[in-house]
Amino acid sequence: MPKITFPARFELLDEIRDLVAHTARDGGFTEKDIYSLQLAADEAASNIIEHAYLGVADASIDISCDMQSDIIVITMHDTGQSFDPAKVKKPNLEADLSDRQIGGLGIYLMRKLMDEVSYESNLTGNLLTMTKRRR
Amino acid sequence: MEITTQEFKHCDLIKVKGRVDSATAPDFSKALEKANNDGHFKIAVDMSELEYMSSAGFRALLATQRNCKKLNRGELVLVSISDRIREALELAGFTELFKTFDNTVDAVGSF
Repeated sequence: MPKITFPARFELLDEIRDLVAHTARDGGFTEKDIYSLQLAADEAASNIIEHAYLGVADASIDISCDMQSDIIVITMHDTGQSFDPAKVKKPNLEADLSDRQIGGLGIYLMRKLMDEVSYESNLTGNLLTMTKRRR
Repeated sequence: MEITTQEFKHCDLIKVKGRVDSATAPDFSKALEKANNDGHFKIAVDMSELEYMSSAGFRALLATQRNCKKLNRGELVLVSISDRIREALELAGFTELFKTFDNTVDAVGSF
């Protein structure tokens, strides 16, 4: 799977969303699903930049985005701090305004927008894999 | 992203165009905070030309809504939300935290 290395900066989110949209459009996804895929990829990359690479200069993210039959597979590899998304508490979407927490919302959206989200960490870094089937 | 603020007698109308993500959300927050710092707590956010908003933008809206509603001094309402952005806001459980309007006339008139 070809990988593209992006500098881990928020200014590159536009290009990451464009890469995902391009693959998804070629893969026959609807515009509604393309928006969902872009949002999920944006939230994933934003989390890596904001949390995994907190305070790290010159960091980068290796991203691949491909169709495997009718499934889009997006991977993001980083070498920052690992974290287990399974341990991130689901935000309370029923809480009223004053108790509403914004933390964890990105991961929650990724899970809702994609069919599957998986995460592995080892000595070479962290690998996030997200998939969604074309409907 | 491009932001324009129009001050009306009863509220501020803040129009945000383009894309709000982690790169641009800080400037969106600043525009909202500026209104609050000027003592304006009744705010309508015009999203008619907004193409995209991630949770970074939702966070800015939530923080401002909290500040506006404090002491019952006002509130932030959303205007002309596209279907895509509305779906994401719904998924995040945000739609019940904001009144929404189909056009700026109704939104500005609601204050």
